[in-house]
Amino acid sequence: MPKKAAHLKIKELKTDIGVLKNLELSIGKIIEERWEEPIGPTPFPSITDLREWDFKLLQRYKPFYMPFCDVCCLCTYGKCDLTGNKRGACGIDMAAQQSRFYLLSCCIGAAAHAAHARHLVEHLIERYGRRFPIDVGGVTVEVEAPITRLVCGIRPKTLGDLEDVLDYVESQITHLLSSTHTGQEGNNIDFESKILHAGMIDHVGMEIADIAQIAAYDFPKADPEAPLVDIGFGVIDLQKPVIACIGHNVPPAVEIVNYLKTNGLYGKVEVCGLCCTAHDLTRRSPEAKIVGPISWQLRFIRSGVPDIIVIDEQCVRVDSLIEAQKIKTPVIVTSNKICLGLQNRTRDPVDKIVADLEEARVPGVLILDPVKAGEVAVRTAVKVAPKRKKFKVIPDVSEIIERAKKCASIGECNDCRRACPNDLPIPEAMIEAANGSLNKLADLYEECVGCARCESACRAGMTIHSFIIKAAEKKLKEEKFKIRAGRGAVQDLEIREVGAPIVLGEIPGVVAFVGCANYPHGGKEVAEMCSEFAKRRYIVVASGCSAMSIAMYKNGEGKTPYEIYPGDFKAGGLSNVGSCVSNPHISGAAVKIASIFARRKLRANYEEIADYILNRVGAVGVAWGAMSQKATSIASGFWRLGIPVIVGPHGSKYRRMLLGRKDHKDDWYAYDARTGDRVYVGPAPEHLFYTAETKEEAMVMIAKLCMRPNDTTKGRAIKLTNYIDLHKRLYGTMPDDIHLFVRTAADIPIMMKEEIMKILKKKKWKEGRVPDPTLLPRLIRKRKE
Amino acid sequence: MSAVPWQKAEIPGPKKALVFAKPEVVATKVKMAKRPILIVGHEIVNTSLGEEKVIDYIIQMAKTVEIPVVATAHIFGEFVKRGFQPATWMSLMDIANRLQDPEWKGLDGKGQYDLALFVGIPYYMEWTILSSLKHFSPDLTTISLGRFYQPHATCSFSNLSLEYWIECLKVIISELGEK
Repeated sequence: MPKKAAHLKIKELKTDIGVLKNLELSIGKIIEERWEEPIGPTPFPSITDLREWDFKLLQRYKPFYMPFCDVCCLCTYGKCDLTGNKRGACGIDMAAQQSRFYLLSCCIGAAAHAAHARHLVEHLIERYGRRFPIDVGGVTVEVEAPITRLVCGIRPKTLGDLEDVLDYVESQITHLLSSTHTGQEGNNIDFESKILHAGMIDHVGMEIADIAQIAAYDFPKADPEAPLVDIGFGVIDLQKPVIACIGHNVPPAVEIVNYLKTNGLYGKVEVCGLCCTAHDLTRRSPEAKIVGPISWQLRFIRSGVPDIIVIDEQCVRVDSLIEAQKIKTPVIVTSNKICLGLQNRTRDPVDKIVADLEEARVPGVLILDPVKAGEVAVRTAVKVAPKRKKFKVIPDVSEIIERAKKCASIGECNDCRRACPNDLPIPEAMIEAANGSLNKLADLYEECVGCARCESACRAGMTIHSFIIKAAEKKLKEEKFKIRAGRGAVQDLEIREVGAPIVLGEIPGVVAFVGCANYPHGGKEVAEMCSEFAKRRYIVVASGCSAMSIAMYKNGEGKTPYEIYPGDFKAGGLSNVGSCVSNPHISGAAVKIASIFARRKLRANYEEIADYILNRVGAVGVAWGAMSQKATSIASGFWRLGIPVIVGPHGSKYRRMLLGRKDHKDDWYAYDARTGDRVYVGPAPEHLFYTAETKEEAMVMIAKLCMRPNDTTKGRAIKLTNYIDLHKRLYGTMPDDIHLFVRTAADIPIMMKEEIMKILKKKKWKEGRVPDPTLLPRLIRKRKE
Repeated sequence: MSAVPWQKAEIPGPKKALVFAKPEVVATKVKMAKRPILIVGHEIVNTSLGEEKVIDYIIQMAKTVEIPVVATAHIFGEFVKRGFQPATWMSLMDIANRLQDPEWKGLDGKGQYDLALFVGIPYYMEWTILSSLKHFSPDLTTISLGRFYQPHATCSFSNLSLEYWIECLKVIISELGEK
């Protein structure tokens, strides 16, 4: 996508209509596009360009609000009581306020990714130049940026091209954010449309970030056999100086490895990470190690293992500096988003910074140059490690017992339990600890999300999280697992192979486990769900903290899911696409099915592609521990493409769902593109955003939400088999809505025919037909007279 | 009587649940209701006091007053194992969504409910669902039968010990049995 600047200056121009003097005309950029595919209807769409599509979705999947608070306190008119049908001083009602708040959350999430992308692209351009080519898979990936092509209508070829896309992303986020100001948007459905826009924009921003780093850092390029790398607390070599990188933006971590390599220190210093920086670090350097997801941050710091902590951005515990000081470990912050009150030492000499950190004259420094941060981190770690001797703040067993006695003597105040997001029975564990046994404290480890709210709540100042870590020390040290490094994009070839069976329904679905680690009962549930669907030969993909949690459990033979299932995007495969910003490879795979397999026009053709995915691609996202604002915008980007998302019970705190009503028959009609007839297609998929109470409920719902109107009869039979089988096993009974998903007798699984026919008869079921489904009248090929 | 939410940070707003001074009031409210419904979450299966399982009390309660039971999540089979057939299984999201719809005809086709009782749902999830119903189902009375104070319900227990809560359930069953 070459571009040129044009500048025209005319001192004097005499024409028939008059005289022009000192005319200057300046055009910043002319984009020369040599892409033969004609531009679609919505290049660089504004907030309202896809509003009609959004309204179609929202007519079927209506917002279901669960206000987290009765009031609005966003301006000084307030607080305003919005209970029931009351309106606030600005005129807003509760429904609009909930959508408004959700939009705010999406803007925060999208901004985090966009700012991340901007920082990354600027840094990579500085390092590698604006003309550095975007290559995310060599000959295996022709559609290098499906989301960007779809939304913006351009094909980015170089790092420099990505800046233009980010200009658009940033402008949209600004417009969206502005609509949340007091006295702007007032209609809840229009807010919802803006939420979907924010999600779409977020996927563009994420895609830009990931394709930039894949290309420039030479990450695995659409590689199903990306290396298996180490993950877990126990994989860290404690004999070496340890550098821990926390966050999501990888340049400082990359520069650490670069410095180690160029100075002959590689292998002598342990480099590890937490959260998505760890994912991306191992994509660059498979020898690096992943400690775990966000919930491991506090336990890892307190264990005293890291000799220096390097923080970049997003999902970092903002008390990391305080915790690091407790273990005498210096901190380097590297992002203008997280400065933690530290002095900016970017322009200081490295020797001086290292000396200050080594002598503990300062607890940490802000270094905004990743290269310098890398050098300072390595040199400081090497010097600090022998002095620190892995100093930790985890108490020993006798100290815990003694301190627990003081807690027990206060009595069952329950403050710790009442602060715990998972309502863990901490008081009982403390009482048992006071009696000399740490077993109950150890039992809490699996379900502890590592937030330490229990400690903040404790009136006796107990460091309860540390007690739990000590009690589960053996388990913690045995955490040694394998995860496949993030592979990045899905190959075009893979799409060609699975496109038909997915669209026809013969591969029962694509299930994506994404998002954060705020699990109701630990990460094991994600691993169990993942294994269940891989065994059933769904295509399973993962990213972010969920991808890590999947790795942290082994089967009876001591293998993790990544060692059991192949990394291909195929039935029975398990692909880790990478970090949070890798999520567009998942949405992009759905887009590529429409584009590569079905040959639908991709360029700036959002509505048609989304309509295709909604009606044909049986994909479902599962964010079992979704916690962050980024998770909201990621989910929203999937919804606009017609991909449903299930969240765990904590996800109910996101305040609103998008629920269908299967008992409202009128909601489930589509056009048959062949004839123009309006045809009942059943509630497929039934919901767009849904909270499940238990993993069992989630598993049944995953199978159900994979059904699509376009499924062939054979495909629908396979999907029904999975749905019914899971329902029977986990609910102990047949589903009560089979009649809504059986369109013709050929849809019925053969092995269950007799049983299902009885149900259908009882429900007075009538045979329907399998249409060529679309919600868009313009796609009807032949209209009836 | 005032009460505070079990999870302390879950501060609701101006309209908070009335606290049952005694469990008999629950029975009175159920008896007075024209169309009550009981929504039971998965936690009921794992909650017990010694040998006494809370699910057994809930079944007893439902049988006593012939109230339709909606089993949420995956626990329908647990009821069936105990010889009790709930009216249906439905996810918490779906039943709450329908309770907001004035046009919904109910599980039996006879119309919307006027009283919904909740028990066995994770505290924070019940909290959000009750908030939803408080704001968007103005004609529905909600009762939290759980151990802990749910401020978004119309009425709730305060935070109770397990022992006292079981006692309360027994009293409710007993009172419901009284004609």
